[in-house]
Amino acid sequence: MKAIKYSGLGIFLMGFGIFTFAIFSGYFNFTEQELDNYISEKGYKSERLKEELVKSIVTDKKLSIFEFSSCVRAALETSNKYHDALISKYDSEKNWAKKGEEFQYKISSKPHTLSFEIAKKAGKGFFKDQPTLAWWLTFGLGIFGALLFILPNVILLGKPGIKNDGIYHESATNRGFIAWLVLMYLVVFYLLLYFMPDYVVNWTFIFDPISNFLNGGDASQWFVYGFLYCTIMLVMGARMYIKYRHNKYQIVRTTSVLFFQIVFAFLIPEIMTSLHMPGYDFKSAFPLDYDFFFEWNIKSLQNSGAIGVFILVWGIILTLIIVPVMVYFFGKRWYCSWVCGCGGLAETLGDPYRQHSDKSLNSWKLERWIIHSVLLFSILMTVVTLYCYFSGTSSFLGIKSQWIKDTYSFLIGAWFAGVIGTGFYPIFGNRVWCRFGCPLAAYLGFVQRFKSRFRITTNGGQCISCGNCSTYCEQGIDVRAYAQKGENIVRSSCVGCGICSAVCPRGVLKLENGPENGRINPTEILLGNDVDLMQLLNNK
Amino acid sequence: MEHIVIIGNGIAGVTAARHIRKKSDKKITIISGESKYFFSRTALMYVYMGHLKFEHTQPYENWFWKKNNIELKEGFVTKIETDKNQLIFSDNSTLLYDKLIIATGSKPNKFGWKGQDLQGVMGLYHKQDLDSLEKYAPNNEVCKRAVIVGGGLIGIELAEMFRSRKIPVTFLVRETSFWNGVLPAQESEMINKHILEHHIDLRLNTNLKEIIADKNGHVKSVIIEGTNEEIPCNIVGLTAGVSPNIDFLKGSAIEINKGVLVNRFLETNIKNVFAIGDCAEQKNPIGNRRPIEAVWYTGRMMGETVAQTICTNKTEYKPGNWFNSAKFLDIEYQTYGWVFSEQNKSENEVYFQWQHASENKCITISYDKNSHEFLGINTFGIRMRHEIFDKWLSEKKSVEHVLEFLADANFDPEFYKVHEAEIVAKFNREMGTNIQIKKKSWKRIFSKV
Repeated sequence: MKAIKYSGLGIFLMGFGIFTFAIFSGYFNFTEQELDNYISEKGYKSERLKEELVKSIVTDKKLSIFEFSSCVRAALETSNKYHDALISKYDSEKNWAKKGEEFQYKISSKPHTLSFEIAKKAGKGFFKDQPTLAWWLTFGLGIFGALLFILPNVILLGKPGIKNDGIYHESATNRGFIAWLVLMYLVVFYLLLYFMPDYVVNWTFIFDPISNFLNGGDASQWFVYGFLYCTIMLVMGARMYIKYRHNKYQIVRTTSVLFFQIVFAFLIPEIMTSLHMPGYDFKSAFPLDYDFFFEWNIKSLQNSGAIGVFILVWGIILTLIIVPVMVYFFGKRWYCSWVCGCGGLAETLGDPYRQHSDKSLNSWKLERWIIHSVLLFSILMTVVTLYCYFSGTSSFLGIKSQWIKDTYSFLIGAWFAGVIGTGFYPIFGNRVWCRFGCPLAAYLGFVQRFKSRFRITTNGGQCISCGNCSTYCEQGIDVRAYAQKGENIVRSSCVGCGICSAVCPRGVLKLENGPENGRINPTEILLGNDVDLMQLLNNK
Repeated sequence: MEHIVIIGNGIAGVTAARHIRKKSDKKITIISGESKYFFSRTALMYVYMGHLKFEHTQPYENWFWKKNNIELKEGFVTKIETDKNQLIFSDNSTLLYDKLIIATGSKPNKFGWKGQDLQGVMGLYHKQDLDSLEKYAPNNEVCKRAVIVGGGLIGIELAEMFRSRKIPVTFLVRETSFWNGVLPAQESEMINKHILEHHIDLRLNTNLKEIIADKNGHVKSVIIEGTNEEIPCNIVGLTAGVSPNIDFLKGSAIEINKGVLVNRFLETNIKNVFAIGDCAEQKNPIGNRRPIEAVWYTGRMMGETVAQTICTNKTEYKPGNWFNSAKFLDIEYQTYGWVFSEQNKSENEVYFQWQHASENKCITISYDKNSHEFLGINTFGIRMRHEIFDKWLSEKKSVEHVLEFLADANFDPEFYKVHEAEIVAKFNREMGTNIQIKKKSWKRIFSKV
């Protein structure tokens, strides 16, 4: 069994290595004809851009993606500078007609985005030519190896029950060397994905056939990410099923997040795209879905006929009615640990790291400051955006709509939710984003804290203060602090993953939905002691 | 300002300190020679098993004590001079008190076995025992086999700990079946089986004769009484119960027996000296309880109570309905009220028992043969609500009532299989009754007595 497990690890690392190596493989160049086709297809009018590109990427040399990218970015920069210089020249000459004409030659694409687009067409080599084989060598080997590594646990882990032996002895799960390596890999991965997609263009080649099959177009980096996301959740979901096979709540919950990720977040939007509809994730609620009210989205929905209007209305109802009403009945867990994609990744890939969330009082204070600031930020951004959209102006309250959207997308959308939110899993725990950053979680938290039937019930006086519940709380809640006082846990940040209840050795904790009355039950003397004393003090 | 000194920073002493602080601004000092900060002794096993780090066993952050103006003093008290209200420490320093609470807990029993003080022979009680474990049993290379002597709750926890590092374990149990002085046979047998499933070499009906040393004074093997079988091993865990940790009181004016003798107000024979927790011995046992109860919960309750007395609300220690819990490897156990084993139960106590056909789940409900009053329940593999059983016990409900409303008491996580229907059907079959099980009702669950 162990041999199978470790050969699985070897196979996984091989697939993983080939996947990583893919970045450096293949070569990129254009013939003049190909460049002409591309430029006319895009409608770029700048001769200067074309000249620069002809000089650098129309070549027989086999450029690596890094060389290629720097050529394209340099060409773009030179061309834009050239036209900027002309614009200021005409400006000083007060030659308005010429000046106005010059603007059409400028290209507003981000440098790495332009480079990605061209590289997508100019790429050659194994990953471009043999995408199916490449898929098997990367994803195929990775999935097969990971399953070989995980599945023997059915036997190796022994009888069903809590399986936390050795978590604090292993480098990977105790903030050791391996954990830091994983952190660095993830951070670099997200930086490339968000800011330098051209460097990972080879990954997209692997997915062109699948993408064409699903939505009729070539794969973007987001298609790769979506597929990877689902794959990781499925494989690590298998691990969850094995680890918590004694616990029906965990089994059902894991099935639910897998279903919503694969069907709602991945398949439905892809199929909608293939039907020329806007690809929409019907479970993704504003303000987590922060660009829902951006002009381009509203416009695209308005231009998509009945389905567009339906999505617009659904999105608003989802946030204003469905989400809070469900939180009233079931707690925010129905979203955060049963439906949400971010939660889904945290509960599968992130499960081995859940113990790293900081439980100190200070971290709780920090959490409330940050998450509520992000909520305010998202609301402010949306108010500015909508005001500008309806009034046709470009700023509101002195805030430029484009600026605040870009700033939010960059700081919150990319850095906080992606680079930090997932990248920091191995060291700071699997819910960094959900706990400190997610504006939707902040909103649901208010409902859960002040108007909900959900609580974690503490079972009388049975707590022995062992600390398993607090340690394994991914949201950094000091569960024990409540349990050892005989108090129910009613906290806005609780996502209801149910692990505190699972790891409790004395059967003290139960997630349940019940009457609001008596949900919060401060006690001074715990159940089990002198009845008179309990009444005297607890009813004071 | 009155100075309250508490010897011992376990659950009893710390609970007393917290409650005194809630009610007063008296000066409070907690003394411990074991560790500066309070930790949960019951969680030590999880540190060895790698579920937790030691700091996770500390229920309060380190700033808590200063913020609440509770002084922590590290040191061992060697002598108490009650006439001078003075403590003397092992380094000969002294400390004066106005009121003294002795909460020094327990120490593992040693029954005079030959070799019981060798290197590699240890109990599992103190933080320092964890260090010994890391030294003598860090892995199965260094420690080829562990022998555990004594089949109680700590013994099975120690076995689980060794198994978490794949160290082979031989478990010597004096009784004919695991913990059958406490558990009914059905449950004891289920645990026997479960122990074997975890590849633990369980030796029932077996006593230790002696522990053999190698030439360095380290344990080499143990000899079994009767058969004289020699079992080679690198570590021996002595887990044959605990007794009050009060040797330092010998020669003082404080009256002791096995523990520190206290009255119902937890007062010793000396004015202003109290004893609580594992080390306290009730002069007159309370109800069915033993005079010394080395249980987490009773330590906490005594702490809650003595704090009232010290803060001028003189309060008798009146523990409510008995409850307890434990975990035997993968099987959780809770008990509410009194269920005695076959050997110890009175003639009036009879059982209703149910066991799952394949899973490790079973219950025993004890009731009075004549009045059918519900006396207590043992539940294995099914979590039950403390509040509900406490209420039923206080209201002296009948066994039929308990079965009828059993669904209210279930505390298993959502989506778990429920067994109430099966349980009640069995009862109906055996007793010729026709109890219809009531659906779970929030209203009943929350209705106070």
